[in-house]
Amino acid sequence: MPQLADPQGGFAAALLDHAAALPPGLVAPSGWPVERRFRVYRNNVLAGLGSALELRFPVVRRLVGEAFFRAMARDFVLAAPPRSPLLLHYGEGLPAFIEGFAPAAELPYLADVARLENAWWRAYHAAEARPIEPAALAVTEPATLLMASAQLHPSLQLVTSPHPIVAIWATNTQDETVRPITAWTAQDALVSRPGAAVELRSLPPGGYRFLAALLAGASFAAAAEAAQAASAQFDLACNLKGMLEAGALVGIRPGAELEAGS
Amino acid sequence: MPSTLPCRAGVGLKPEHYRTILAEAPAVGFFEVHAENYMGAGGPPHRYLSAIRERYPLSLHGVGLSIGADRPLDLAHLARLKALIQRYEPSQFSEHLAWSSHGEVFLNDLLPLPYTDATLARIVDHVGQVQDALGQRLLLENPSTYVRFEESSWSEIDFLAEIARRSGCGLLLDVNNVFVSATNHGFAAEAYVDAFPLGEVGEIHLGGHAPEADEAGAVLLIDAHDRAVADPVWQLYERVPQRTGPLPTLIEWDDQVPAWPELLAEARRADACLAAARPHKQPRETRRAAAG
Repeated sequence: MPQLADPQGGFAAALLDHAAALPPGLVAPSGWPVERRFRVYRNNVLAGLGSALELRFPVVRRLVGEAFFRAMARDFVLAAPPRSPLLLHYGEGLPAFIEGFAPAAELPYLADVARLENAWWRAYHAAEARPIEPAALAVTEPATLLMASAQLHPSLQLVTSPHPIVAIWATNTQDETVRPITAWTAQDALVSRPGAAVELRSLPPGGYRFLAALLAGASFAAAAEAAQAASAQFDLACNLKGMLEAGALVGIRPGAELEAGS
Repeated sequence: MPSTLPCRAGVGLKPEHYRTILAEAPAVGFFEVHAENYMGAGGPPHRYLSAIRERYPLSLHGVGLSIGADRPLDLAHLARLKALIQRYEPSQFSEHLAWSSHGEVFLNDLLPLPYTDATLARIVDHVGQVQDALGQRLLLENPSTYVRFEESSWSEIDFLAEIARRSGCGLLLDVNNVFVSATNHGFAAEAYVDAFPLGEVGEIHLGGHAPEADEAGAVLLIDAHDRAVADPVWQLYERVPQRTGPLPTLIEWDDQVPAWPELLAEARRADACLAAARPHKQPRETRRAAAG
């Protein structure tokens, strides 16, 4: 009998394409249909990956309900199966998928909430580091600090949105009965895990640009300038205090001019 | 050389139980984790596993290596396993007679293999490569299956025994998988267990299965790990320690995870079966006493 060139490839393709014919050469005990048997594998793939997504996106799931979530997860799994055996990160592509998912068009904030949940898990699994003590920063000369750049905590994640994603996340995570959002305003989120627990905060005006610039390696002065340009209400002292509270700062790197001894 | 697991009941570690285990320090022989759940850089999973590892022996169980794949092994994944083993020093590492990835795509299921000479040679190569990379003996687990392959020319038992003989690996006997496959394919589960190369078995798995039916009305069992171990699986399990003496025995409950006392009760039941088989352990106890 001639061997198929790629039997596992055919098996894998039939798992993900439910319209595909069964792979050849499968047997069940005499008289029992092979189709139902193969469907167990198809179901296992969908159910297992669907459960992984449900675990990673509890707020999205609560917002859309179980039946909607399962149907959406199924489409996502078949369109974008995992590319790694580490399911800890599976679903990074879900926000972009949601944006193109017509049945979710009525919920324009859903993709950003999914981005926030991705950020939450990235923070959860991030490497350990000890945040700087606020006192250590207090003794740094302001001029020295402004020229320095930030060593940020590896768990630090930023999500920007035109929707109140932090408020949506909070009530869907903490409240048995979801509270209506009273102020429907844009919210940027800071996610960090300075110790054992993930923390989530809403950023003050300009805060997102400030931290994004620091993440990109800018000095505190340059990051403050970028934040000021983004929002006239940007307040450097308030933002520094907020990032220390979040445990987002691990250390500071002296600016180049200071290193050169000027 | 890693030590071996104690010949007692162990439990699959679930995040739902981290705090209870640390607070109550239950008398459990060992804990087993799925390696892939601890491959993040840091965070709570590592914090809890480190604390639990300080108090209990650990078994590392892989679900993502895809040893049966018709492609080369994922070397990056093998390196992650090695790092995890160096960090936690588990008593042993086990994986499955199955494939789960095709190329880059991870299918997240333990998929079936034809038992042919060609598959055998490939798996022996892969097992050898894993054992060389990890510097230790691997235990290979018998699968639950729902279909078989026309082209298979080996029985599953002979196939596993030959892999063990050629590669030097040990075997993990999942008694629930035997029962599930026996029901699904219409063979006698007792005969399978009796014919299994028990001398190579380093660990036993017990888990729950979900009964369904196919179009012809035949019972189809799904290896769901979502409920208590079924009575016929307990009866099948009792045959093993009666012949081998006590072996490390894991309770797997991965979905619809129960409160800790219910899981612990399953472990106690396995411990009772092991205790009933204790006389076989006499020589080992004697040796230890003499050495001590």
